[in-house]
Amino acid sequence: MDLFEYQARDLFAKHGVPVLAGEVIDTPEAAREVTERLGGKAVVKAQVKVGGRGKAGGVKLASDAADAVEKAGQILGMDIKGHTVHKVMLAQTADIAEEYYVSFLLDRTNRTFLAMASVEGGVEIEVVAEEKPEALAKIPVDANEGCTPEKAAEIVAAAKFPAEIADQVAEVLQKLWTVFIKEDALLVEVNPLIKSGDGKIIALDGKVSLDENADFRQPEHEALEDKAAANPLEAAAKAKNLNYVKLDGEVGIIGNGAGLVMSTLDVVAYAGEAHGGVKPANFLDIGGGASAEVMANGLEIILGDPDVKSVFVNVFGGITACDEVANGIVQALELLKTKGEDVTKPLVVRLDGNNAELGRKILSDADHPLVQRVDTMDGAADKAAELAAAASK
Amino acid sequence: MAIFLTKDSKVIVQGMTGATGMKHTKLMLGDGTNIVGGVNPRKAGTSVDFDGTAVPVFGSVAEAIEKTGADVSVVFVPPAFAKAAVVEAIDAEIGLAVVITEGIAVHDSAAFWAYATSKGNKTRIIGPNCPGLITPGQSNAGIIPGDITKPGRIGLVSKSGTLTYQMMYELRDIGFSSAVGIGGDPVIGTTHIDALAAFEADPETDLIVMIGEIGGDAEERAADYIAKNVTKPVVGYVAGFTAPEGKTMGHAGAIVSGSSGTAQAKKEALEAAGVKVGKTPTETAQLARAILGG
Repeated sequence: MDLFEYQARDLFAKHGVPVLAGEVIDTPEAAREVTERLGGKAVVKAQVKVGGRGKAGGVKLASDAADAVEKAGQILGMDIKGHTVHKVMLAQTADIAEEYYVSFLLDRTNRTFLAMASVEGGVEIEVVAEEKPEALAKIPVDANEGCTPEKAAEIVAAAKFPAEIADQVAEVLQKLWTVFIKEDALLVEVNPLIKSGDGKIIALDGKVSLDENADFRQPEHEALEDKAAANPLEAAAKAKNLNYVKLDGEVGIIGNGAGLVMSTLDVVAYAGEAHGGVKPANFLDIGGGASAEVMANGLEIILGDPDVKSVFVNVFGGITACDEVANGIVQALELLKTKGEDVTKPLVVRLDGNNAELGRKILSDADHPLVQRVDTMDGAADKAAELAAAASK
Repeated sequence: MAIFLTKDSKVIVQGMTGATGMKHTKLMLGDGTNIVGGVNPRKAGTSVDFDGTAVPVFGSVAEAIEKTGADVSVVFVPPAFAKAAVVEAIDAEIGLAVVITEGIAVHDSAAFWAYATSKGNKTRIIGPNCPGLITPGQSNAGIIPGDITKPGRIGLVSKSGTLTYQMMYELRDIGFSSAVGIGGDPVIGTTHIDALAAFEADPETDLIVMIGEIGGDAEERAADYIAKNVTKPVVGYVAGFTAPEGKTMGHAGAIVSGSSGTAQAKKEALEAAGVKVGKTPTETAQLARAILGG
């Protein structure tokens, strides 16, 4: 889960990383009081989870409280690369002498954590990495040893931070490492890390990404979720513990296992090329050992998506038993009927593996007019695409 | 022959007495796996009956090894306790730890991987968040259904569980030497490259099927390894061509970030290394079939 800048700033402050005072608001008028609290001027910063907001006009300097209200009014509601600005952070203005870059992240390739640091901060670090790789120091950090004072000194030396601030930067690095570890972060990035006119090191802008697998020991992280931004179907699926991602096509997809469902999306997209370019409408993995109830929940979400014109249920029964899946489909259709919902979307079902024969028989016996069985994955994808194309006409 | 797991493997189950552990221990026994014990410190000294087979429960992995000579552990311990379980297996220097558990925090898997490395990697780790591995007709360490296929000449390595099953099913008439599910998490123990090296060295594997998915650069590195080191034919499949950037597709590691980790880049890297890559699982199976038949 990626955080907003203000949330990253809060986590930095919590663990002792030096930051400037700031407050987040969602109406222009609220800027007046906050700006006065911040000493009469402020930087107004759009809160969006996408880079390049400065260039897009999402960061403005306000010279007094009235100006802050005006600038906040300009930025709130702005569209930055498809992200609507719902909140702005007002931050203390900074006297910037130098801009640096530091981060901790997971290095998947080497299966270790990595510190990255550069004295050329304040610009996109990807550009530095590309054009001047020697200016970006990369130092592995052992997950069990952590960012010790010696490791921090090594990073500072590798990135060639000036001697007069070396100790300060090393201390900030150790505190950032604390954020990384204590918050179960996958990325902690400060860009820019600045040296102020009076020689202080301050984290001016931050990016933090958290590991959702660690939610069981991070109860406070739930409050950081941006529930307002979630697609309503994604939110409904999440409430039912379903692994669902909304996409922009017409064929609803349900399958078991992340790899098989990803593969199903691809196979449907290929099949769709011959049927007017129909595409998958979603990713939905009902997981291993899915019960009839899980199947029914999944089907309800997908049938509730107005973009869906046909549904492809693609299950290979490993732990999941195909008879459970078939029962789930039959029950879901009955349940929706008793709720008074008019189900008109055709379903194509492919079942293989554990208890496939039993599952297929259940579907045949139920003989639901909307359900068709196709016993190969490619054939079923083609049929689902064809039906979606026909319904889209 | 096979890789990593044979009929002689002596298998213990960490987390055997939990519901998932019980269910799969029974299935593994049914597939002929030589399960010599379970581990649970609170139930040490007892035994669990599986259809007439009494499996003893030991207090620790070290004790289980000492009393049974176990060399493989299958880990079903819940995410919050999985790191401690794997560290225990590493400390006991068991040869292979197969971590089935899904949903382990990345800091935990990074920590046990760093620990295994600091101990000289005496314990091979497979997973986490994987279906385990099977050597059909000999032994099954994990949750791959044992009845999909039979012993044969194909070696399979895959990030995905259900795609492993699908591919085994497509090629069930030819059969498999071993099938290894390495898992789709950002940090995993055994990689595509490790399995490719083992299959290359296995005299009873004639062809290797490699299944990848979006995220990371494991497939690209595997392609480089294949070009330099693998003489056997390799057929590949990559899932996730239609996955949008920035959305995690089920597996914690399956995410396209910017231009990195895309299915297209992986496919191109594999093809450049001489790997035939199928558009769908079925087409991939046909490519394997054509090579073995020809």
